[in-house]
Amino acid sequence: MALRFEVLGRFNRARAAQLTLPHFACQTPLFMPVGTQGTIKGLTTDQLEEIGCQIILGNTYHLALRPTSELIDELGGLHKFMNWPRALLTDSGGFQMVSLLHLADITEKGVTFQSPVDGKPMLLTPEESIQIQNRIGADIIMALDDVVRTTITGPRIEEAMYRTLRWVDRCIAAHKRPHEQNLFGIVQGGLDPVLRDICVRGLVDRNLPGYAIGGLAGGEDKDSFWRVVAQCTAALPEDKPRYVMGVGYPLDIVVCSALGADMYDCVYPTRTARFGTALVPEGVLKLKHNAMVNDTRPIDPTCACMVCKNYTRAYIHCLVTKDAMGSQLLSYHNLYYMLQLSRNLHSSIVEGRFPECYIIPDSNLCASRNSNVVRFLWQFPKGDVPEWVCNAMDVAGIDISSCCSS
Amino acid sequence: MKFAVKALSSGKARAGVVHLGSCPSSIETPCLLLSTRKGLPIFISPDLLSSLPSPDSNLLQFSPLHFSEGPSPKTISSIGGLHQMVGLHEYGFAAVARDSIQCLPECGSTNKTGASFETPCGRRLIKPVEYMEMITSMKPNLWATLADEVPAWANNKRNKTSVDRTVKWLDECIARSPAGGAVFGSIVGGSNIEERKRCAQEVAVRNVSGYWIGGFGLGESMEERPSLLNAVTDNLPKDWPRMICGLGLPEEVLQGVAAGVDLFDSAYIYHLTIGGFALTFPLDRTEKIDYNYQLSDQGSDRTKINLRATVYRKDATPIVEDCCCYTCQNHTKAYINHLLNVHEMLAQILLEIHNTHHYLGFFRSIREAIKEGCFEQFQKKFVQSRREHLAADVVSV
Repeated sequence: MALRFEVLGRFNRARAAQLTLPHFACQTPLFMPVGTQGTIKGLTTDQLEEIGCQIILGNTYHLALRPTSELIDELGGLHKFMNWPRALLTDSGGFQMVSLLHLADITEKGVTFQSPVDGKPMLLTPEESIQIQNRIGADIIMALDDVVRTTITGPRIEEAMYRTLRWVDRCIAAHKRPHEQNLFGIVQGGLDPVLRDICVRGLVDRNLPGYAIGGLAGGEDKDSFWRVVAQCTAALPEDKPRYVMGVGYPLDIVVCSALGADMYDCVYPTRTARFGTALVPEGVLKLKHNAMVNDTRPIDPTCACMVCKNYTRAYIHCLVTKDAMGSQLLSYHNLYYMLQLSRNLHSSIVEGRFPECYIIPDSNLCASRNSNVVRFLWQFPKGDVPEWVCNAMDVAGIDISSCCSS
Repeated sequence: MKFAVKALSSGKARAGVVHLGSCPSSIETPCLLLSTRKGLPIFISPDLLSSLPSPDSNLLQFSPLHFSEGPSPKTISSIGGLHQMVGLHEYGFAAVARDSIQCLPECGSTNKTGASFETPCGRRLIKPVEYMEMITSMKPNLWATLADEVPAWANNKRNKTSVDRTVKWLDECIARSPAGGAVFGSIVGGSNIEERKRCAQEVAVRNVSGYWIGGFGLGESMEERPSLLNAVTDNLPKDWPRMICGLGLPEEVLQGVAAGVDLFDSAYIYHLTIGGFALTFPLDRTEKIDYNYQLSDQGSDRTKINLRATVYRKDATPIVEDCCCYTCQNHTKAYINHLLNVHEMLAQILLEIHNTHHYLGFFRSIREAIKEGCFEQFQKKFVQSRREHLAADVVSV
């Protein structure tokens, strides 16, 4: 175990904590930008520190391909290679293979796939995944899991869940650096509460430093999604971090935090920036749209980032999709937005103001010191809050009925 | 704008100082104008711009044509002008219709009503009235009048027409000149010495604050360039600044300095950057030329390296050992090699920072040489050293 997890404040199931990792002491809830190939697209490490990024996620599959984990190891690990002084997390490589590669197949041995370099058949075993991650050197590493899409039904889901538990044991055995890198297990089991329960209990028995909720964020309906998160957070240990993989939209992060999750990652903010879309409290702003041509307002008047303080929508509009600078500036803003969301979640829970942050603008309750909070329900000015949000907040013990028209 | 010549070397090369209203410090000349796209560097984001040496890096160049499909002049005015729009209040902006990277003069389509350019938005014909509307709304610190530039191979008749037109447009631009902002009169003339002289003499009698020398970098040879440059500068008053476009390579810049030019744009940095190249030529004027052949010099001309080369895969050293730019202080050749391999934008950002920093250092050594009165020697030695590696390579092969 190479981490400390200390809960600093709570609101019902939501918690704010300090997660101390070998390279950095983080505050949760937190969002992790995805730096697929050892960089966040278009941003320097200085800028990432500036906007308050705490952990970056690196994709093992991509890094093992180029520049290879051996080279990274030889040059002192990924932190040194990319000159990132704060925390890193690597995934196991399994998900990318299954989603990116043709003819990837899963057997008890591991994930078999065709090398994207020369088409040769290859095998990624739990042992190999951990060895690669040991070489890369991230603060948190993920066990190789047998991940199935939640849209699949049938015995495959049960098979995958039990295999995930067997593979976790192989990962634990293969892990050579437990005092420097934290191995997280991933809860699988599809949308089946019985299977999820078995998996949670199995992983908890292994006494890992932290746990992830996997197999979501893949097209399942939102109602099923929140229920799985709620079930897992209720059953996972209180004193260890909980990471919902692949989540996501600001709304999803707020709901999952209300249900007791701590860590998130998603390509959404940076990917959507490259398409000219900015994240704003009201939802999204499409800078490509012709309506922006002469709009002299900033992207988000409540945002304190360098982009919103200096640039108009009109100027960003003329850059997006045409000049590299456009996606740089939008990525900067979108990441700042997500990281500010994390900070607001943490401080509002610590200060006991968590539910107040979500009251609609008419009310005065947001006029406190941190009035820059994400008023996520501003996305629904007509009060048409989705039912799944209402149900989830109900379970989380947060009353948002004043925001719902129905 | 204020300009003063402070030192001369070898007759014509001059070191001077230019002061622009928006910049807190004066800028020494000869100096480099950084290329921008729509007012911001192509890759270096505004918060990283301040990591470049100041005030050397405070002069930026843009073309009003960058905004042909962007915010209208009315919107730009309501925002308060270009400085406000791009959030660079303490920088100086020079506006020139031609930018050697993306807005290239298309003399075939230019006619008596306006100048034609090939731009990312297609071919654009811009008339003096429209040009001045953009200049007025953008409020650059200095701007060049609209010119009709022709390539070196244009016939005499076309060339002569370009001079007449450019002078006519100069007068039209001056008539619509906004208050504030220094006018630089444009001088063309192709590769015809007489026309160059004629144009310079015409512009010299106009009420302008400086001179923009156009039509270079459009096909003339290194050999014919000095006499063409001198034909212009010999006919210009010494006290006003001279700006030029199209002299990008170091040797070309030196030719411009030798002829008495003060301000330079350069597409060199951009082309190096997108090609994955980083400048490494020595800036220390006292450094001896090293003929020892090293493995990592294979294929390199010792003025720059291409970071895509596999030889850098595991090279954990910075691009240039004692360079204090952001890139060399924070990253290794190995990391940039990886970024280039995986097509990550950060590679270009880091390279543009280093290359700009390095090239600004080159300009600094030019200024030092002028102030010490040994510019001619500096130019000779520089050009010679860049050719000598060829002799060394021949010997070692």
